[in-house]
Amino acid sequence: MLKDRLRSEPFSPSLHSPPKKSGGQPQNRASNGLDQFFASLQDQQGLSILDFSGASQANISFITSMGHRIYSNDALRTLEEAFGTGGDFIANQSDPERAAKFLRENLDFPDRSFDGALIWDTLQFLAPPLLQDTVDRLYRILRPQSSLLAFFHAEEKAQTAPLYSYRIVESKIMSLTPRNQERPVQYFNNRSLEKLFQKFNSVKFFLTRDHLREVIVRR
Amino acid sequence: MWNKRKEEEYPPKSPATPAATTSPIKENAPMSTNAAPAHHATESRGPAVIGKSVMIKGQIFSREDLTIDGEIDGSVELHEHRLTVGPNGKLQAGVKAREVVVLGTIHGNVEASDKIDIRKDAKLVGDIKTARIVIEDGAFFKGSIDIARPEAPRTPATPQSKQQAAIAPASNTAVTPANAPATATAGER
Repeated sequence: MLKDRLRSEPFSPSLHSPPKKSGGQPQNRASNGLDQFFASLQDQQGLSILDFSGASQANISFITSMGHRIYSNDALRTLEEAFGTGGDFIANQSDPERAAKFLRENLDFPDRSFDGALIWDTLQFLAPPLLQDTVDRLYRILRPQSSLLAFFHAEEKAQTAPLYSYRIVESKIMSLTPRNQERPVQYFNNRSLEKLFQKFNSVKFFLTRDHLREVIVRR
Repeated sequence: MWNKRKEEEYPPKSPATPAATTSPIKENAPMSTNAAPAHHATESRGPAVIGKSVMIKGQIFSREDLTIDGEIDGSVELHEHRLTVGPNGKLQAGVKAREVVVLGTIHGNVEASDKIDIRKDAKLVGDIKTARIVIEDGAFFKGSIDIARPEAPRTPATPQSKQQAAIAPASNTAVTPANAPATATAGER
């Protein structure tokens, strides 16, 4: 199994300053992970891409203009619908019936349905049993050699992490619109991410100055 | 119930009706069997409306634009026309139309030969096949989007091409009405 790491430096200070956490104003930032993701789709058409960012004109237009098909879902909203928004959010994820319903309603696709998955920062809000089930399900529905892009906030001392809407501006630039502040279920370092994605072929990390760990996983 | 008419009131096209013989109906003019006064027959008016207190189970076919603000369980087909799902509209239905505007809720697959417009606060769960799509921030959408590549622009409809369209009404080759931006679909992509 090939596992490589790359610690990247920001492209420019202006693009990598942390997005404002209040006011809800979108801010553009460069993304090595996004760049690598779209590089893996280069010179291909008619692929199926899973996008967890929710209904977004920018993402839909960008991906369909490349000749691909997009499957869109607002994973954070469906998480809240499945497990609630209060203090029981994490505890409810241990409920087997609720967890099974979440997986059935959101990741019930035939094996090898997708050629790429944009998961954004969804996974850090999943509790361990459901988290592993979700990653296993993603492994099943992705085709071999396809890529998955996920983000994890790397600031362990922070009580909460900003929750964003991710919009694609260009193949290497995305727009982040603050939605809320949430407490991640757990923080991930490189080792724990390698363990999480151990079934996959490779894991590549990009740690940015604004404490966002971008991860490209190759099926 | 229906604000203007019911689906059952759409008759098959027939030249035998007195109205047809006395005043020829243009291809894109709204069709109705309502016994409307003669001075109303040529007036332009809005689309047919299914009000918010109406619930229908079954199939709806329309030969004119339609606004649904009630609940539908079944299917809705307006192949060459526009469907608007109002803020109170709840469709548990497959939808086929030239253009679909969603302000309410649709659970079902949507096929819009020209365009689908999902407005803020709308909810659509299902797969979409269309030439163009507009989604406002705040809308909820879960499903796949297939952008159907529009075919090359066609010459204005002739009787022969209309006949061909009638043979394959479900395809994107259906002749769009003269007031529709038929070439805009190609430019959007």
